[in-house]
Amino acid sequence: MRVAVLAGGPSFERQVSLAGAERIVQALADLGHRAILIDVGRDLVERLTDARPDAAIIVMHGAVGEDGAVQAVLEALGIPHQTPSAAACRRCWDKAITKGLLAEAGVAVPEGVAFDRQPFTALGAARALAPIAERLGLPLVVKPARSGSALGVNRAADLQQLATAMVGAFSYDDTVIVERFVAGREFGVSLLGGVPLPPVEILPQDGPEAYDFEARYSIGRVKYECPAQLDDATGALLTETAAKAARALGVTGITRVDLILTPEGVPTVLELNNVPGMTDTSLLPMAAAADGLSSAQLVARMLPGA
Amino acid sequence: MTVDDGNSTQPAPPSAATRDLERYAALFAARTEGMRSSAMRDLMAITERPEVISLAGGLPDVSHMPPEMLDAISSAISRDAVRALQYGPTEGMAKVHEAIQVVMAEEGTQADLGELLVTTGGQQAIDLVCKTLIDPGDIVLAEGPTYPGAVPTFTAYQADVRQLEMDEHGLRIDLLEETLAQLDAEGRRPKFLYTIPTFQNPGGVTMNLERRKRLVEIAHERELLVVEDSPYSLLRYEGEALPTLRSLDGGQFVIYLGTFSKILAAGLRIGWVAAPRAIRQKMNIGKAGADLCSASISQVVVEAALSDVDLWRRYLDELRERYRGRRDVMLESLEQAMPEGATWTRPDGGLFLWATLPSQLDTTNLLARALRSNVAFVPGRGAYVDGRGGNSMRLNYSGVDETEIREGVRRIGAVVTEQLELYGDLIGEPVPQRRRVDHGAAPVAEQAPGALVQFPRRRAGER
Repeated sequence: MRVAVLAGGPSFERQVSLAGAERIVQALADLGHRAILIDVGRDLVERLTDARPDAAIIVMHGAVGEDGAVQAVLEALGIPHQTPSAAACRRCWDKAITKGLLAEAGVAVPEGVAFDRQPFTALGAARALAPIAERLGLPLVVKPARSGSALGVNRAADLQQLATAMVGAFSYDDTVIVERFVAGREFGVSLLGGVPLPPVEILPQDGPEAYDFEARYSIGRVKYECPAQLDDATGALLTETAAKAARALGVTGITRVDLILTPEGVPTVLELNNVPGMTDTSLLPMAAAADGLSSAQLVARMLPGA
Repeated sequence: MTVDDGNSTQPAPPSAATRDLERYAALFAARTEGMRSSAMRDLMAITERPEVISLAGGLPDVSHMPPEMLDAISSAISRDAVRALQYGPTEGMAKVHEAIQVVMAEEGTQADLGELLVTTGGQQAIDLVCKTLIDPGDIVLAEGPTYPGAVPTFTAYQADVRQLEMDEHGLRIDLLEETLAQLDAEGRRPKFLYTIPTFQNPGGVTMNLERRKRLVEIAHERELLVVEDSPYSLLRYEGEALPTLRSLDGGQFVIYLGTFSKILAAGLRIGWVAAPRAIRQKMNIGKAGADLCSASISQVVVEAALSDVDLWRRYLDELRERYRGRRDVMLESLEQAMPEGATWTRPDGGLFLWATLPSQLDTTNLLARALRSNVAFVPGRGAYVDGRGGNSMRLNYSGVDETEIREGVRRIGAVVTEQLELYGDLIGEPVPQRRRVDHGAAPVAEQAPGALVQFPRRRAGER
C-alpha cells in the first residue's frame, strides 16, 4: 500500500508533528508499506496527485491538521484518511462548538462561556468580566477556542489575571473560552474505530496544574499511569463517556478524548483530539502499548480500511 | 504499565524495530532533566517561514564579504588543501592564534600563545568553561537577562544560575557585591560570573568604565573568576571603545571568550578562549574529549581572511556602517510604532536591542499573535532561568534589511497596541496611546500586579 504521511505544515505544533511522523513512517516500513512523507505546504495537492497514495495518515496538529482543512482536501481527492470526517474535525477543533454539542448530548463539560473578540469588546466586555467570574467562580481557566497542546491556556485567580489571560488566549485565536476550573484526576481515553483503549492517567510531576505544552512533549515531566488505577465501574464510566462524546460529535476512526474525573465521580470532557500526538510521550501510543499493540500494529489499525 | 520518569516496570516493547522511545527516559542522565522542549522553541520553529520577517535571529550579515577576501580564502584552501582537510592540533593552528592576537589587539587586549585555545564557535567556549569549572549545584552568576544560548549550557551542567539586574550602564556592581556578601554568609562562593560587558546580548547595554574597574577589583579581592564573553565589542559604531575586563585584569581572573562569528563569518564556527594557563590546559583536555580539534578548513579560512589585516579592517568598517544604519532605522521605527509604556535600549554597537512592554503583556503569547502577522522576535523569558522577562523581547537588526526592519517593527507595534487596547477594554480602562521613548531604559523585567500566572511553564534552571 502507498501511504502518504502528512506532517509539518505551518502550525505552532510543527516540531511535535514531525517527531510523530517519524514514528509512523518507521511503523509503515515495518508493515511493508511504502510511506511517502509530505511536509505539507502550498504544493500539497500537486504532491498528492503525483504520489497517488492509496491512503493518507495525517500527523499534523494544530490548525491545518485538526480543523478539517486537510481532511477536506483529501476527501475532495478521494483519498481515505485515518481521522474523522472534515465535518467532525471542524466540530472538535472549535472547543466552543464542541462544548455546546456535548452539553446538548448530556455529556458533562466544564461550565463556561465563549467569546469572539470583536463582539465581546464592542459590547462592553469590562462589565461582563466580574459577573462571569462571580457566576463561574474563581479560579477560571482561559483558553483559545482553537489551539492544541495547551498553548495559550492560562489560569486566572482574580479579575486582573483574567484580563491578562484573555489577552494571552486571544493571541492564539479570535475566540476564547472562559470556564470553571474543574479539579480532579485527568485521563486520556483513545478510541480506535470506536473501540476504547485503556484510559491513561496524567500525573504532572510539577503539580496538578502543570500538564502544559512543555510537560506534554518533554520526557520525564509527566508521570503516566496506563492502564490507570481505576475500579472497573469507574473505568467503564470513563470509556463509555468517551464513546458517547465521540458519537455526539459524529467522530469515527481515531480520536483521543481528554477528561477530568471530578472528586464526585463525574467524568467531565475537556476536548477531543482527532489527530492525537504520536510522539514518544503521547498518550495514544502508550494506551495502545498497554493494550498489547506495538507501534506497527497501532499504525496498521489506523490505516483507513483496516 | 507504569511509565514513571523511566522507572518502567514494563517488559521489553513488543516491536523491536519501532521501539517505544519513552522507555529511553530510564537511561537519561540526571542532567537532562533540565533539557526541555518549550512552547517558545516550537513557536520559533515557524519563524523560518519565508513570509515571516524575523527579528528573532542573531544572524550577522555575511552577504557582503569583499571579493578579494573571498579570493584569498579560496586560493588558500586549494594551496593548503592537505592541511585544510587533515586533523589539526586541539588548541588550534598557530597561525589562527596569531590572527586571534591581531583581533584582540584591536581592542587593546593581549594574550600569550599558551593562554589561547581555538574553539568551535563561542558557544563551545562557554561549554568548555562549564565543563572545566562546574559541578552540579555550583553557583554561576550572570546578568539578567543573559545570552539565551548560554542558559541551556549552564542548565546542562546543572549550575545554580543567579541572575543580577543591569541598568543602562550594564551589570549593577552594587547588586553583585550584595549577592557575594550574601553568599559569603551562607558559606558559598560562585564558580564564576558570566558577563557580556559590551553590547550585551540581549540587553543591548554596555558596562561603563567605572564598573569594569570595580568588577576587576572585586575579582582580585575575592579571587572570583569572571568569564568575559566578547563577541560584539569590535562592532562599535558610536562612542568611545572601553578596555576589556581582561586588559584591566592582566589575565589573572578573567577568562576571555571571543569569536569570528560576528566579525568574519558565523558559519566557520571558530571562536576562542584566552584563559589563565592552568585553566586553559584543562579546557584543552576537555576540548580533546569533545571534538579533538575545531574544523581545520575553517581555521585555514580564518588565516586567509586575516592575512590582509587592512582589508579585514575595511570589511569591519563596512559592517559597522551597515549595522549602524539598521539600528537607526529600528530605533526610529520603534518610536513610530510602539505605544506609550514600551521602552527599549539604545545600543552603541552589536546586533540587538531589548524592548520591554507594559507589564500586563506576555511576550511569549504575543509571539503567537505576531506570527499571525508574519513577524517574529525572541520572547524575553528565554534570557532568564527564573521566569522573569515575560514582558520583554529581544529584537535583532543586523540580519534584516532596512525595509524589513521598518515593516517588522510596524507589525510588532500594531499587535502590541492591539493587545493593550484589548486589555484596556477588558479591565475597563482606556489605554494611553501617546508614544514615549525612554532611551537607555534598564532592561529589567517587571512583575506587575496583573502579571500572568501561567500554568507553570518552567522552573529555575530550566530553559
